[in-house]
Amino acid sequence: MPARDYIRERFFPHMWCPGCGHGIVLNALLRAVEALGLDKKNFVMVSGIGCSARISGYVDFHSMHTLHGRALAFATGIKISKPELNVIVPMGDGDAMAIGGNHFIHAARRNIEMTAIVMNNRIYGMTGGQFSPLSGYGTMGTTAPYGNIDHGFNTVDLASSAGATFVARTTTYHARELADFIGQAISHPGFSVLEVLSQCPTQFGRRNKAGDAPEMLESYRTGTARIDSKKKRENPDLIERGIFVQKELPEYCREYERIISKARGE
Amino acid sequence: MKNSETKTAAREHHIERAWCKGCGICVHFCPKQVHKLDEEGKACAVRPEDCIGCRLCELRCPDLAIEVIDRQAADRQGKDHE
Amino acid sequence: MSDAVKFIQGNVVCAEAAVYAGVGMFAGYPITPSTEIAEHMSVRLPQVGGKFLQMEDEISSLCAVIGASLTGHKTMTATSGPGFSLMQEALGYAVMTEIPCVIVDVMRGGPSTGLPTHVGQGDVMQARYGTHGDHAIIAVTASNHADIFRMTVEAFNFAETYRTPVILLLDEVIGHLREKIRIPEPGEIPLVGRLRTAVEHGVDYHPYLPREDGRLPMSDFGDVHRYNVTGLYHDMWGFPTEKPEVVYGLIRHLVDKIDHNSEKMTRFRKYHTKDAETLFISYGAAARSALHLVENRRKRGERIGLLELNTLWPFPADIVREACRDMNFVLVVEMNMGQITREVKLAVEDPRKVYLANRVDGELITPMDIQNIVRLIQGRGV
Ligand SMILES: Cc1ncc(C[n+]2csc(CCOP(=O)(O)OP(=O)(O)O)c2C)c(N)n1
Ligand code: SF4
Ligand SMILES: [Mg+2]
Repeated sequence: MPARDYIRERFFPHMWCPGCGHGIVLNALLRAVEALGLDKKNFVMVSGIGCSARISGYVDFHSMHTLHGRALAFATGIKISKPELNVIVPMGDGDAMAIGGNHFIHAARRNIEMTAIVMNNRIYGMTGGQFSPLSGYGTMGTTAPYGNIDHGFNTVDLASSAGATFVARTTTYHARELADFIGQAISHPGFSVLEVLSQCPTQFGRRNKAGDAPEMLESYRTGTARIDSKKKRENPDLIERGIFVQKELPEYCREYERIISKARGE
Repeated sequence: MKNSETKTAAREHHIERAWCKGCGICVHFCPKQVHKLDEEGKACAVRPEDCIGCRLCELRCPDLAIEVIDRQAADRQGKDHE
Repeated sequence: MSDAVKFIQGNVVCAEAAVYAGVGMFAGYPITPSTEIAEHMSVRLPQVGGKFLQMEDEISSLCAVIGASLTGHKTMTATSGPGFSLMQEALGYAVMTEIPCVIVDVMRGGPSTGLPTHVGQGDVMQARYGTHGDHAIIAVTASNHADIFRMTVEAFNFAETYRTPVILLLDEVIGHLREKIRIPEPGEIPLVGRLRTAVEHGVDYHPYLPREDGRLPMSDFGDVHRYNVTGLYHDMWGFPTEKPEVVYGLIRHLVDKIDHNSEKMTRFRKYHTKDAETLFISYGAAARSALHLVENRRKRGERIGLLELNTLWPFPADIVREACRDMNFVLVVEMNMGQITREVKLAVEDPRKVYLANRVDGELITPMDIQNIVRLIQGRGV
């Protein structure tokens, strides 16, 4: 593991199941941070609760494992009071989109410089396979034994319309793209959202006849295409990967500095 | 732990056996079938001399257990195979 | 600013006191009757280089406050019952992770949306037991502007000293009441700052290893020590554990650090108690009416006294027991169904002597209301 310097080795092997995509996200994240060459001291990782949220225990950053759904709220407090910190907020799909959905859209609206990574396995992994807001219609879960009739969110659309200034999507299959997007998201001077399709062979795969981890990764290869690619044009139903939004708007912490100057009559 | 002592191999595959959970992702996706799961279900580089250095096994390993060490240090950056 | 005599609302006093205490960040969500605290904070904090956040709800407000505290700032939020209910999970997180912060609950009539613009004191037990799981908590209150100022500063001091969230229970009446206050000079009320670790870079720092005196020096997020914070049971480095001996050690520590120091946090005022035969026990706005009645009856030679509690949790049972010892009877004056009455009954030797004078219709209990109950107890009818 080349990025060993960025992990807490004593906690390995990690707690995730064999083939869990969350480990690939961690792998890519470490490479991205290493490539940026930034000091660990300036990195804070704030996570919620879920299998995905356990990622914060493995990185050798300042790390905060908080409450289910609330990671962005804790992170907002950290960022506003110490804007020089790089704040990374990995979240599960349930974490980000169900219980934490409100914090998600409001953090996007504020455009506070943080990196939200939605580790989307389309299931509540930690609690044993209940459907999530990203499971999608027709999927099976322990609480959807007859097939899910809840429709899913589109994370990219939601983040874009809520005002996130960087929005991207990729998968754990596309490991280089993943590390690249994480790096770009961290470097983005505003609120960035990266959705990563991340396989859960144990809870989603098994119940939805999606196969084992390699098969699930194969489906990310065949089931997705880059924005504006020939593949996408020929197969309009494929899930798009790529950077959907990348723009600069006034960032919240810098805006607040302006408020301070105003309040002080400067 | 070294899994290969083949003289001709340009690369070495360092596999942290204690970390590997045997998911088979490296085995399945290696374009040159370098890896195999051994009798204990752990990844093992059986044909390191065939390795083209794309590092995809390393990048996709969910257990952070694989490191491809390029003996010639010339790391050709492979692409995600699509 | 200092030495100025001001004529302001209790909520504004609370906000000014927070600035005096050195608050660096406030996050909140508007709710009557607490909103003026947030409004005043939005004016004052940027003036002193601090940060004010209006969040999307009370859950995120307290979460943001906890996060900001970890970077080394004193932090506060303010709300009322419905918002305080939403904060309970994050409150438990602050207890578990030992992150100092102050939570103001300006109480209104409840349950539910209840009486947004009317007074109540029904959140006393919520402050004590609202969040799940065993824990100890500090909650303080006040009945007049000088005390709102003092107790707000004390709340910050307790939070820093014991590395814990502290609840300041105000109520609609004192929050909205305007009266004169002299803002104390800087230095007049001692301030407790953040206790930071002296452990140097490169040396193993244990964020959750108490010193001999029970205090735990902190390291700011962003500083040289990188550690973990979690609401799970954790070891001295802050990493999750389920080892029974570590779990037991932590829950004991969380409870003992407050219970064993309860006298140090006990704040109260006694009025005319020396020769009293009848004792009122009260707090917050209700204590104003109780004091008014005591002073009136004293003029007629009645031997009535008042014990006003400023610290509600940990409950000052010893002080209460001592004060009640030789009384003919004790009347607890509060605007709820007897939340502190119950504690007083548990504290005293003869609980049959303890009565409740309350009002729960959204109106401030009056001296006349209390007097009527005194008469009933004495068998004199109203
Ligand atoms: C307030 C609250 N409600 C429910 C839970 C139980 N819970 C823990 S993790 C989880 C869902 C995890 O799913 P997701 O966020 O998708 O993460 P994953 O485990 O799939 O990575 C739930 C419901 C909780 N911890 N807190
Ligand atoms: S249950 Fe699913 S998400 Fe959780 S560790 Fe296992 S594979 Fe990963
Ligand atoms: Mg999930």
